[in-house]
Amino acid sequence: MERILEVKDLHVSFHTYAGEVKAVRGVNFHVNKGEAVAIVGESGCGKSVTAQTLMKLIPMPPGEIKKGDIIFNGESIVKKSNKEMEAIRGKEIGMIFQDPMTSLNPTLTVGNQIMEGLIKHQKMTRAAARARAIELLTMVGIPQPEKRVDQYPHEFSGGMRQRAMIAIALACSPKLLIADEPTTALDVTIQAQILDLMKDLQKKTGTSIILITHDLGVVAEMCDRVIVMYAGKVIETGTVDDIFYNPQHPYTKGLLRSVPRLDLKRDEPLTPIFGTPPDLLRPPVGCGFTARCESAMRVCQEYDPELKEISSTQRAACWLQHPLAQNRAGS
Amino acid sequence: MEKRDTLIEVRNLKKFFKIGDNTLKAVNDLSFEIKRGETLGVVGESGCGKSTAGRTILRLYEPTAGDVLFEGQSVMKLNHQEMKAMRRNMQMIFQDPYASLNPRMTVGDIIGEALDIHGLASGQKRKERIQELLSLVSLNPEHMNRFPHEFSGGQRQRIGIARALAVEPKFIVCDEPISALDVSVQAQVVNLLQQLQEKMGLTYMFIAHDLSMVKYISDRVAVMYLGKMVELADSEKLYEKPLHPYTQALLSAIPIPDPEVERKRERIVLQGDVPSPMNPPSGCHFRTRCPKAMPECSAVEPVWKEVEPGHFAACHLYN
Repeated sequence: MERILEVKDLHVSFHTYAGEVKAVRGVNFHVNKGEAVAIVGESGCGKSVTAQTLMKLIPMPPGEIKKGDIIFNGESIVKKSNKEMEAIRGKEIGMIFQDPMTSLNPTLTVGNQIMEGLIKHQKMTRAAARARAIELLTMVGIPQPEKRVDQYPHEFSGGMRQRAMIAIALACSPKLLIADEPTTALDVTIQAQILDLMKDLQKKTGTSIILITHDLGVVAEMCDRVIVMYAGKVIETGTVDDIFYNPQHPYTKGLLRSVPRLDLKRDEPLTPIFGTPPDLLRPPVGCGFTARCESAMRVCQEYDPELKEISSTQRAACWLQHPLAQNRAGS
Repeated sequence: MEKRDTLIEVRNLKKFFKIGDNTLKAVNDLSFEIKRGETLGVVGESGCGKSTAGRTILRLYEPTAGDVLFEGQSVMKLNHQEMKAMRRNMQMIFQDPYASLNPRMTVGDIIGEALDIHGLASGQKRKERIQELLSLVSLNPEHMNRFPHEFSGGQRQRIGIARALAVEPKFIVCDEPISALDVSVQAQVVNLLQQLQEKMGLTYMFIAHDLSMVKYISDRVAVMYLGKMVELADSEKLYEKPLHPYTQALLSAIPIPDPEVERKRERIVLQGDVPSPMNPPSGCHFRTRCPKAMPECSAVEPVWKEVEPGHFAACHLYN
């Protein structure tokens, strides 16, 4: 399958008064054409920083890409200038943010915000761009698009703002859509509408999607593959079936056990993961999950495990996968 | 389940807000009971009035009409002095663990303030009590001199719980206590709330929008829509056999963390947004989005009715 995006050994740090925060510490993954990939993990695991780095949206300084490469559509992004990035942002890669209220410009009409990309990237005339904006609003299911196109974001409800943002992101038919917690700020019935819309649009346009979320239910519904991140690293990847039915890393297992399922009985206690993630100002030498891991061994504190192949689709970074630990993993 | 007596009785509770010339009917005629030792879950989308209901029951808002009885005693008729005494019985845990703790106070003082106001302990006894409360919520008692910013989100929520428990309340309104927390930490806080309930016989009103968590923690669940309760039942029953079309849609909208189930699922996707509570639709408020709406739904408001024993709903389908 053709790869639209490849991330190789990416390291991103932020320089703060307290020191260097190593937010992303050697991340490798790829996205195929037409595929929906989820990045899951807790706050501070580096999932949003990874996504923003793909668009070079992190402020530099204080941010810095220390090492690694991002290959998008056969070209390296890391060394591109800001000017060159402008040709990619919005045109080749679209982005949907979590909070539609703060990421739309309150002083511009929704129509103008959709038209901006069309005029800039596709050299459309204002009239043509406006007609296309109305088409896009219709496509994302906004009623009365001729009237809505001239309204401001504050006149839209939360769900409609998110639809407008999807319309902006899709305006120039990008090859890759990055959605950073696109439904977290929405109610469940509206979330269902937006997820339906995204699935539908993906089928129609064949865009690849990177979906960043902490909601495992949304992952199961939307995605083909999953990347699990912890403390700035990828600790497990696989197809949704691999991750949900055959998780290998103790963190992935813990994450799945800590969500209540509708079939869980009341008298069974939930199984939380104790403790909190490590401080990335002083990242641990060994595996980042050691302090919270039930099966931690001495080697975990001293050496960081590498991603190891479990099957042709699944990989996990855990010392339990080492042949010498196999009898422990079973217990 | 053994027979439990009623701790809280809500009678025709209404809370309206005046906004310009309009009236926002945030809570419109709620009547229900909460039994001693039970957890009543309240779910609904933003703007349905669930938080306002919780706050009005505690009289943090003065109600527009109606009454709340605590152990048979009217809460709304109490004067200032009596209300202060009543507050020892009823406490609240807030949603945002960052905004609900004073950043300039130490954790010890945040918890101790409740003891001071009600004159429960002073001096060495106050310190001992604060440390006891901190260990009760599994925090290190030696951290009482630290400030809130030194704690993580989950730990701050534990501080909020310790503060609520300081006056030994019987009833706690938990207003979205876990929504701001990470998944792995949510489970820690929910387990803590359940242990405390068992140990101290607490009664909870648990407000949330995460339906799977509400099902897990609650004995009974109430569903609200635009200021009204539309359904109330035992949690098992509500999830197995929801009566109201809104409850059905709400349940079907939750994504389930199981790819196999998700592939097979047929989901009811509601059209449109929640109408403005300033100007709700006539008759049944839900009719504009209801897939089963009938002509009479716009004319007559459905009555709140016990459709099956212990299972209440307000819908014309069951009249």
